Amino acid sequence: MEWIMAVAIGALFMIGVYLILTKSLLRVILGTSLLTHGVHLLLLTMAGLKRGAAPILGSGSESYVDPLPQALILTSIVISFGVTALFFVLAYRAYQTRGTDEIDGMDAEGKEADS
Amino acid sequence: MLHIAILIPFLWAALIPLMRVLPRIHPGWAVLPAPGALFIYFLSRIPQSAAGESLFTTVPWMPDLGIDLSLVLDGWSLLFALLITGIGTLVVWYSMFYMGKNSESIRQFYLYLLMFMGAMLGVVLSDNLMVLYAFWELTSIASFLLIAFWYRRERSRYGALKSMLITVFGGLAMFAGFNLLYLMTGTYSIREIAAQAASLPEHSLFLPAMILVLLGAFTKSAQFPFHIWLPDAMEAPTPVSAYLHSATMVKAGLYLVARMSPVFAGDSAWFWTVSLVGLVTLLYGSFKAIRQTDLKALLAYSTISQLGLIMSLLGVGSAAAFFDDPAQIALFGLATTAAVFHLINHAVFKGSLFMVVGIVDHETGTRDLRRLGGLIKLMPVTFAVALIGSFSMAGLPPFSGFLSKEMFFTAMVNIREFDAANVGSWMLLLPIIAWIASVFTFVYSMILVFKTFGGKAMNNKLDKLPHEASAGLLASPVLLVSLAFVFAFIPNALGRTLIDPAVAAVRGGVLSPADAHVSIHFWHGWTTELWMTIGVVLLGSALYMTYGRLKMLDREWSGRDTLNRLYNGLLNVLENGGRRFTDLYMTGSVRLYLIYIFLFLIAAVGGTLIFSPGISLGMENYAPITFYEVALVVVMLGAAAAVPFAKSRVNAILFTGAAGYMVTALFLIFRAPDLALTQMIVETVSVILFLLCFKFLPKLKREKEKHVFKWTNLLVAAGVGITVTLVAMASMGSSPFEPISNYFLNESYESAGGKNVVNVILVDFRGFDTLFEIMVLGIASLGIYGLIKLGVRTTPEQGAKSTKPASQPHASFPLRSNDVILRTMSRVIVLIIISFSLYLFFAGHNNPGGGFIAALMTAAALILLAVSFGMDTVRRVIRIDYRILTAIGLSIAILTAAGSFVFGAPFLSHAFGHFELPILGDTELATAVLFDLGVYLAVVGVVMNIIFTIKGED
Repeated sequence: MEWIMAVAIGALFMIGVYLILTKSLLRVILGTSLLTHGVHLLLLTMAGLKRGAAPILGSGSESYVDPLPQALILTSIVISFGVTALFFVLAYRAYQTRGTDEIDGMDAEGKEADS
Repeated sequence: MLHIAILIPFLWAALIPLMRVLPRIHPGWAVLPAPGALFIYFLSRIPQSAAGESLFTTVPWMPDLGIDLSLVLDGWSLLFALLITGIGTLVVWYSMFYMGKNSESIRQFYLYLLMFMGAMLGVVLSDNLMVLYAFWELTSIASFLLIAFWYRRERSRYGALKSMLITVFGGLAMFAGFNLLYLMTGTYSIREIAAQAASLPEHSLFLPAMILVLLGAFTKSAQFPFHIWLPDAMEAPTPVSAYLHSATMVKAGLYLVARMSPVFAGDSAWFWTVSLVGLVTLLYGSFKAIRQTDLKALLAYSTISQLGLIMSLLGVGSAAAFFDDPAQIALFGLATTAAVFHLINHAVFKGSLFMVVGIVDHETGTRDLRRLGGLIKLMPVTFAVALIGSFSMAGLPPFSGFLSKEMFFTAMVNIREFDAANVGSWMLLLPIIAWIASVFTFVYSMILVFKTFGGKAMNNKLDKLPHEASAGLLASPVLLVSLAFVFAFIPNALGRTLIDPAVAAVRGGVLSPADAHVSIHFWHGWTTELWMTIGVVLLGSALYMTYGRLKMLDREWSGRDTLNRLYNGLLNVLENGGRRFTDLYMTGSVRLYLIYIFLFLIAAVGGTLIFSPGISLGMENYAPITFYEVALVVVMLGAAAAVPFAKSRVNAILFTGAAGYMVTALFLIFRAPDLALTQMIVETVSVILFLLCFKFLPKLKREKEKHVFKWTNLLVAAGVGITVTLVAMASMGSSPFEPISNYFLNESYESAGGKNVVNVILVDFRGFDTLFEIMVLGIASLGIYGLIKLGVRTTPEQGAKSTKPASQPHASFPLRSNDVILRTMSRVIVLIIISFSLYLFFAGHNNPGGGFIAALMTAAALILLAVSFGMDTVRRVIRIDYRILTAIGLSIAILTAAGSFVFGAPFLSHAFGHFELPILGDTELATAVLFDLGVYLAVVGVVMNIIFTIKGED
C-alpha cells in the first residue's frame, strides 16, 4: 500500500506545483490546497500505514499507529484553512484593485495605475 | 574596571535621549562627565604604567572559539586611552560652543560621539584580536555616521560612504589576517601570539597575514594610496574632524602597527613596507597640502602626511628587532621613541589647529584661503593658537614639534647604517625624502597661519564681520596648544611617564620603561639634524615667498586626481554591474521565483537522496493493498488531475473539494479518526468559503501561456512530484532511530490522563504549538477583517470593473433560501450538530474529538443557519462579536497555561483528577479541558469572523 501512496503523493505534489505555477490566482490557491493534501498524506505514510489500531488507548489493542504525525497533521489542517481563507481574500482584494486575477498582469496593471 | 571603562560611554549614550526633558541646557554638559571621569581614571594609572606594570583583566565570552573579552592596559594602550578621553573631553567642551543647543539632532551627535569613544577605547584596550576587530569596525561605523551628520548634503553622504567603504575593506582584510594568525598560533590573544613570534616567520602564512593586517592599518590611517577618504571626511562637523580624523581614529592604524610589532618586526618585508608606505604618504600628503585652498582640506592632507611620518618611524624603528646588541637597538630603536613622541605632539597641535579652523569658519563663514586674510587684528587669541600650532607642526623651536622632528631626522639619518637590508647607498634616499617632505610641511604650516591671519584684511570678501571667538570656544584649543609649549620644556618628564612605557610595550615588554628611556634635549650641538632643520627653514621660506607666483592655488581640492577617479569608476562599475547581474534573474515574475524555489527543492532534497549513503528505498513490510483504498486513491487523483482542466470556477472548486473528501476517507482507513473528522468539516467550510468568494472573482480563462512556459511548468512540477515520491519511499526504507511516539503512547494516560493520544499531544505534550497555532489563526482572521473592512479604496473606474462580476444576482449563494424544507429542517439539524459538537468537545480527551473539531463543527452549524435564514438574521439573533470571542478564547488558553505558575509548575503544565459528579458520575476533569475550551472558542471565533467578514462585504 505504501508505494501506491508514495506515487499518489507525488502526483498530488505535481498537480499542486503545476497549478501554483499558472497565472490565475484561483488556480494558484487550489494548487496550494492540493499541495497541502499531499503533505498530509506524506506525513501519515512516512510513519507507516495500518500498523495498529487508532491511537485511542483502552481499546484493547496491542499496538497503535504513530499518533505524532496525526497531531502534526491536525495542526496543519486547521492552519491551512486559515491560510487558504487569507489567500482567498487577498486574491479577491487584488482583483478588486487591479482588475485582473492574473499574477503577471497585476504588475503591469499596477505600473500603469502608478504612471 | 577596564571593562566598565569601555562600557561607560555606551551606557552614557543611553542617557542622552533623557536630555530632552531639559531643553534649556546644552546636552554637551550632560556628556562631559563621561570622558572627563575616564580621563582622570586613566591619569591615575600613570604611576603603575611608568613602573612597567600592566593591567590585565578578562571575562570569558566564547571560550570555545578562543574569543574572550580580555583587556590590557599597558603603556601603549594607556597613551591612547588618555588621548581618546582627554581630547574627547576638550572636543565635547568645544562642541558645546560650536554647535547650538537647538541645532537639529544635537543629541544624535553626542550619541555617535560617545559610541565612537567607547569603540575606540575598546580597540586600544583589547588583547583579543576578534574583540579588537569588532570595536575597530564599530569606530568605522561611528565615523560614517558622524561624517554623514549633515546627511542632506550630497558631499557629506559621498564622503561618509567613501570612508566607510575604504576602511571596512581594510577591516575585512585585517579580519582575514587575524584569522591567519589564529591558524598559525591557535590563539587570538595578541600577547600569546607575540610569545610565539620567534617561530612564525618560517610559516607560509606569515607574509599573507602581515599584508592583510597592514591593509587594515593603512586604510584606517589613511596611508597612500588609501588616503583618498580622509579629505572627503572633512565634511563632518569640525569637532569631529579634530577628534576622529586627526587625533584618535586615524591613529588606530598606527596603534595596530605598533601593537603587532612584536609579532612582525624583524622581518624585512615589514620593515620595508611600513617604512616606505609611510615615507611616500608623508611626501605625497605634504605636497598635496600646499596646493589646497580650503583650510580643512589643507589640514586633512597635512594629517595624512603626519600619519605617514609616524608610520615611517614605526617602520624604521622595527630595524632594532634585527639586533641583539644593545648599542644597535638603541641606535635604531630611537625611531620608535620618536614615533610615540610625535604621535602625542601631532594630537596636540593638529587637534588645536582643527579647532582654530573651526573658529575661523564659525566667525567668518568661510574656510577659503582666497577669501581670508588679516585676521590677526580681529582675532589675536585665535592667531596665537594657530601660530603655536603651526610652528610646532613645522618643527620650529621652542615647541614640542621641534623636538620630535629632530628625533625624526636623527632616526632617518641613523637608518643609513642599517646594513641588513643590503641596498647600499640607496638607503640615503630615506633621509632625503624625509627632508623634502619637511620643507613642504614648513611651507603649508606657514600658509595656514599667515595666509589666514597675516596680510591685508579682506573683509569685503566675507559675509559677516569677524570678531574674536567667545572664551568658551577658545578654551579647548588654548588649553591644548599650551601643551605644545609645556611638553617642549619637560620632554623628559613626559618621556618617563608616557613615552617610555609606551615604547617598552611596543617592543613587546622585553624592556622595562627605564631601559627604553631616551633622553630628549633641545641642544645636541651642531649636528646633521640641526643643519637639516636650518635648511628646511631657509628653503621653505624661499618657497613660501615665491608661492604666490607659482600659482599653486588655482586647483580644485578633491575629486580630480587619478586615485579619486579610480575610486569613483570602480564604485560605478560595481553598482551597475551588480544591478545588471541582479536584473538577470530578479525579473519581477512571480512564476520565475517559484520555479527557483522548486528547482532548489529538487536539487537539495533530490541531491541529498542521491549522494548520502545509507538511504534505501523501502520495498518490504508494506501494508496489504485492498480494493477500496486503491479506488479511493484513483478517485482522489482523478479529481485532482481534473482541476487544471476545469473550464469553470465551480468545477475547479468542486474537483478540489472532491479530492479533499477522498483524503478524508483515506484518513479514516489509515486509523486517524480525529483527522478524518477535522478534514471533513474543514473541507465543507472551505468549499463554502470558496463559493462565497467565488462570485467576486472573474471567470476562469484558458491559460494563455506560451507552450514553452507550460512545458517548463510541467517539467518542474514533475520533478517535484518525483522527488517527493522518492522521499516517501526512502522514509519507509530506513528508520535510523526509535520514534518518540512510543513515549506519547506510554505516557498519555499515565501522566496526562487522556486516552486520545492525538488530542493529548495537542493540548498537553505539545500545548505550546497549539497555543501559537490558534494565535496564528487569530492573526489570519484579523488580517482578513482588515483587508475587507479597512481595505484600499478603489478608484471609480476600477470599482466599476470589479462590480461587474458581482452584478449577477445571487449567482452562487442566496442571501436567503426560499426552500421551506431546508429552513424547517435546519432548525432541528443545527441543534443536533451543536449538541454533537459539544459531545465531541468533552469526549475529546479520551475519544476522537477535541476543541478543534468541536469548534469547526459548531461553526459549520452556524454557517448552515446562515445559509437557510440569511446572514443578517443569524447576526441579529446571535449577537456575538466573533473577534472578541477569539480574544476570549486566546485569553483562556493563555491564562490556563500561565495558571501553572501559581502552583510553581512550568508554563502549560496540566493537572487532572477523577471526581464524582451528579448525573455524570465518575468524571475525569483535567485542566487540559480548560485549555481546549480556549482553543474551541478561539477557533469558532476565527471561522465565523472569516465567513461573516467575507459575506458582510455585500
